[in-house]
Amino acid sequence: MSNIIEVKGVSKAYDKHVALDNVSLSIPQGAVFGLLGPNGAGKTSLIRIINQITAPDSGVVLFNNSQLNPDHTASIGYLPEERGLYKKMEVGEQALYLAQLKGMSRAEAMKRLKFWFEKFEITSWWKKKIEELSKGMQQKVQFIVTVVHEPTLLILDEPFTGFDPINANLIKDELLEMKAKGVTIALSTHRMESVEELCTHIALINKSKKLLEGPVGEIRRSFRSNMYEFEYEGNNIGLANSLWGDFELISNEPNGDYMKASVRMKGEANTNALLQGLINNLTIHSFREVLPNMNDIFIQTVTEKQEPISHE
Amino acid sequence: MNKILLILQREYLTRVKKKSFIVMTLLGPILMAAVAMAPILIAKYSNDVTNTILVVDEHPNIFVTKLPGSESVVFVNTTTTLDSAKKNFDPEKYYGILYVPSDIMKNPGGIMLFTEKQANITVTSYIENVFEKQIEEDKLKSEGIDKKTLESIKTRVDLKTLTLKGEENSAALATAVGFIAGILIYMFIILYGVQVMRGVIEEKTNRIVEVIISSVKPFQLMMGKIIGIALVGLTQFLLWVILTLTLTTVTSSLLVDKKMEAKVVAQQMKTSGVDQASLQELGAAQEVKADAMSKFFDQLGSINFGLIITCFFIYFLGGYLLYSSLFAAVGAAVDNETETQQFMLPVTIPLILAFIVAQTVVQNPDSQLAFWFSMIPLTSPVVMMVRIAFGVPAWELALSIGLLILGFIFTTWLAGKIYRTGILLYGKKVTYKELAKWLFYKN
Repeated sequence: MSNIIEVKGVSKAYDKHVALDNVSLSIPQGAVFGLLGPNGAGKTSLIRIINQITAPDSGVVLFNNSQLNPDHTASIGYLPEERGLYKKMEVGEQALYLAQLKGMSRAEAMKRLKFWFEKFEITSWWKKKIEELSKGMQQKVQFIVTVVHEPTLLILDEPFTGFDPINANLIKDELLEMKAKGVTIALSTHRMESVEELCTHIALINKSKKLLEGPVGEIRRSFRSNMYEFEYEGNNIGLANSLWGDFELISNEPNGDYMKASVRMKGEANTNALLQGLINNLTIHSFREVLPNMNDIFIQTVTEKQEPISHE
Repeated sequence: MNKILLILQREYLTRVKKKSFIVMTLLGPILMAAVAMAPILIAKYSNDVTNTILVVDEHPNIFVTKLPGSESVVFVNTTTTLDSAKKNFDPEKYYGILYVPSDIMKNPGGIMLFTEKQANITVTSYIENVFEKQIEEDKLKSEGIDKKTLESIKTRVDLKTLTLKGEENSAALATAVGFIAGILIYMFIILYGVQVMRGVIEEKTNRIVEVIISSVKPFQLMMGKIIGIALVGLTQFLLWVILTLTLTTVTSSLLVDKKMEAKVVAQQMKTSGVDQASLQELGAAQEVKADAMSKFFDQLGSINFGLIITCFFIYFLGGYLLYSSLFAAVGAAVDNETETQQFMLPVTIPLILAFIVAQTVVQNPDSQLAFWFSMIPLTSPVVMMVRIAFGVPAWELALSIGLLILGFIFTTWLAGKIYRTGILLYGKKVTYKELAKWLFYKN
């Protein structure tokens, strides 16, 4: 898979504050790329550099293997964290203006906007002023102006904050639809739940450094802690008899009709050995490996201040 | 370039379509026309009351019969005594009683006016005027001096001022033209500079700025805005000139009919003591009037309006570009308009200074002070405009314009640096020290 964006050794400092410290990462074509990190980690700084709003102090950014230049803005759609529109301008006029700034002709912009306004069922708003619309309505318009020029790369800074739940869902659906069409989507967030649903790749940034990068599945597997979870029927004696030195019982509690336990495997032991022990003493109803979720990985990585690991 | 054009177009159209713009564009000329028309209206409606004065004349030759009346004062003679006139005074019919003593020629101070209320100044000054003239004339006659002889002795000197090339000019006219041009530039810079600042703050508080600068460079956005608003200013100015001219011509042709004009001329002649009967003199007076008019136009022609108008546009645009970029930087550095105070002051001080200096430059347009302030780009748009009406050497003009161009290139460069950092910064109180640091940030 080729990369639509390659960030190579980018650093950026404001006054004495270092926003980005020698950050390199790649956004693969067609991916949904999650840029994760706590507030103030440097996510917005990196996004602004990719959008050519600011320039890096050092390092380069490649777009489809060529150095980023103003012509690329037409291929990028950007939804900033701080968003808004001209309050006193009419919706249609404003959308046309912003689409034209992205390099579309007026006629082409008109055609595309018509399509989107019909899709969102908001054609009657065309002549209204932004200030006459509700917050949720404004968010729809904001999303349309972000995607109207059919960007191949969509960059969303904290897309799910500030949107009400209905619009957030609507936008999630639109994003999935665009992903299916081959649009690459990069989004930054500090909310991990949305990552697992949407993202195929992630990068983790903390304190201006990149800590982690790669496909979501690979990362989760690399953080596996040999934890297994199973549901069973039987008593505690049976459970105790089936575990020996290589297995450590983490939890054991009733779960509906059955009991549910989780076990960590140590040393050279394997799942078959564990299962064999269990089957002899208990009736097993389910058995699965527990992979850490993004939230755990996030917290673990950030608190451990690990050296950067790359999974490519 | 295409994108600057788009931005410029938006800035221009949204402003020109605004109600406030339309209202101001229409109201401006009406106000100006009102100011221009005021003297004519006042002349038309203020003198419509006729004050009839009852005169008790004790002079043997009934002095008052020689006196002319006027629009506002009419004399009516009575033969009764002063006391009975006072007793039978009818305030409905008469404004007052004028007492002329028998020895008025020797004792002009003996003349008295009795009125019910405080006598108004139009009446008293008119009476004083006609009596003075009549007594003077009578005295001349008794001394054996002919009035015509006296007229020929009276001398009036009008200093004609000419340039060495022989063009007639007028210091008063140059002062007026120069000063008006200077004030206009000052007004326009402040008015539209502040609009630029407001526009920048609007984009910042609306949070739309980041969306826009992901499509265009901050500098393009700033320049598009500045040029767009400059065009709004020029449009408004042009509309004002056209509307004021039409309005003034239309209303003045409606108000001032031929009859009124004749009346005004007649009254002027009456008050200046010209004998109405003498047609010759009337003709002469008209000639004098026509002469004065053509002289005025000659002087008007001596002022190089082509140069003034050209320079007006150069200095308006130069000064506006210089200041509006600074205003844009101020707008970018703050979060809302109330915070602009601390940064506005250093921007407006040179402008105000220029305005103050302009007032002394009018009196002495070639002083050292005038020269230097018309060279410094921050003050030259106002000060040089004042000087141009008096004539400025070409090299000074060229140098001043050159410096102004360098000046606005410098301020736009400076403002661009502050602008691109400021517009992305929210919720932070900015200090001057910080502004200075922004200048050195990379892109």
